Amino acid sequence: MSPEPPPLLEVRDLVKRFGGFRALDGLSLDLRAGEVLGLVGPNGSGKTTCINTIGGLQRPDGGVVTYDGRRIPGLRPHRLSRLGINRTYQSPRPFASLTVRENVLVAATEGCGSTPPDLDTLLASLGLAGQAARPAGELNSAEQKTLDLARALATAPRLLLVDELAAGLNPTELLRMAERLRALADRGMAILVVEHLMGFIERVTDRVIVMNAGRAIFGGRLAEAVRDGDVKRVFLGGAHGG
Amino acid sequence: MGRGWRELCLIVLPTVAIAAWAPNLYGNVLLLFNFVLYITLAQGMNAIYGFTGYLPFGYVGFFGAGAYGFAIAAMAGVHPAAALAVAGGAGIALGLILTPLLRLSGAYFAIANLAAAQAVYQVVANPALAPITKGPYGVSLSAVFAPRASYLVAVALMGATMAAIVWLRNGRFGLALMALRDDPVSAASAGVNIVRARTIAWLLSALVASLAGGAFAWQISVFYPETAFDMSISIFAIVFTLFGGAGTLLGPLIGVLLLYGVYNWIGIAVPQYFQLIYGALIVVLVLFLPNGLVSLLTQRGIRVP
Ligand SMILES: Nc1ncnc2c1ncn2[C@@H]1O[C@H](COP(=O)(O)OP(=O)(O)OP(=O)(O)O)[C@@H](O)[C@H]1O
Ligand SMILES: [Mg+2]
Repeated sequence: MSPEPPPLLEVRDLVKRFGGFRALDGLSLDLRAGEVLGLVGPNGSGKTTCINTIGGLQRPDGGVVTYDGRRIPGLRPHRLSRLGINRTYQSPRPFASLTVRENVLVAATEGCGSTPPDLDTLLASLGLAGQAARPAGELNSAEQKTLDLARALATAPRLLLVDELAAGLNPTELLRMAERLRALADRGMAILVVEHLMGFIERVTDRVIVMNAGRAIFGGRLAEAVRDGDVKRVFLGGAHGG
Repeated sequence: MGRGWRELCLIVLPTVAIAAWAPNLYGNVLLLFNFVLYITLAQGMNAIYGFTGYLPFGYVGFFGAGAYGFAIAAMAGVHPAAALAVAGGAGIALGLILTPLLRLSGAYFAIANLAAAQAVYQVVANPALAPITKGPYGVSLSAVFAPRASYLVAVALMGATMAAIVWLRNGRFGLALMALRDDPVSAASAGVNIVRARTIAWLLSALVASLAGGAFAWQISVFYPETAFDMSISIFAIVFTLFGGAGTLLGPLIGVLLLYGVYNWIGIAVPQYFQLIYGALIVVLVLFLPNGLVSLLTQRGIRVP
């Protein structure tokens, strides 16, 4: 067996403060190419903040983020995009007055550091082909989340961070979305999935990290997580996370 | 032929040709000049408001800076062509100084920009600077007076500004600007360098207004700080743009032709009712057509150039 390649993303002791409050309090994680890592935890545990700090939207107050062998904290999102890091948003953020196709076109022309995918094929694969000429503001929330994903994929990312993509999808759409993410990972993309729906996490992830109060309290397979004492306490006592 | 070329050939070139030919048909060149000037200023306003969402109430500051840039250079004996370059340089310089304002949003940006224009006015009108700017006493540029040449320069500037709008509407950079206008956060993750893009749009609109100011100074040749920094220049440019529809090529053009036409017509026919009628028209518009005349079509899914 060949030795494992180094992780594409390495996060070490990440700290993010808001005033005196530590939304991230020493979080560490690794993510390899072709791997899907789930990030779960109760509301307010710091999942979105983790994506924001890796994605360059917020500056970390401590810790190290290494991507493809290079330290990236401090880089702005548009630079990270061209390096191959992209994301979706928990509340979708489309360019409302632009058409669906223009939404992905911007990302492909501005944010892709390699070869962008064929946009019509991309939209078709996500079920958005019929909406291509519509203003993004007219889509429903689930469609806008899918558009967020399409826009991220238009930059041909190597590392994809998705924040509660599944919320609002019906069971059939959920299943299809899970298959798509798996297929992307099988072609070598590293994917971090933040999600409350455990069925979805079960289906797409290789591994999960359970967060509470800005820290990882468990790392491993989901089936083991549900038997873990700390995880049970966090999810069943006090805050609940669906 | 692409959409951009079609818009250039079917809208921009005819507008330029008609404007260039008009003095042969109509004797009041100053009035024609003002139409050309307002089309230019409205399209310059369009570049920043229509494509980034920033509404610069102090837009006249660039215009005045250009007018005085031209005047100071011309009084120093510089050729009018070079004096126009000085006018544009003054606008770009002021635009660069004011780029930090782009960190503000909405009303804060509008107010800060207005204050900045006032500050430039105060500097220019300061009697202590009279040796350079002639202070409150005004400038006279009779040595370079050339109504015909300055009119044609203004027409050329109008054409170039409209061509810039065509480029923004159909090109990659304009698309990035519109994305950032809709959502700067996700525009950044889509790869748009938002600070750089905003700054370029801002400097473009500053350049347009200051060159317009330079052409204006050359055309009228005698003016005062109150003339070159008249707030109604900002207001007119904003109202014409909003009336017709920001973000389009035709909107600001139609806005100027209709509203400035009405303005001149009412002002001459019934001056006593002018402000009332004009004010009422604007209120009705803002209430019932907030996205301008072109929205009558765009709402029905019709693409307006
Ligand atoms: N910009 C901010 N300013 C202040 N506090 C913030 C900010 N962003 C997040 N927080 C706080 O940080 C904590 C973590 O927030 P975060 O959004 O990362 O949680 P989350 O795990 O994504 O929760 P959810 O499941 O509800 O999306 C919360 O207590 C939140 O209130
Ligand atoms: Mg969240």
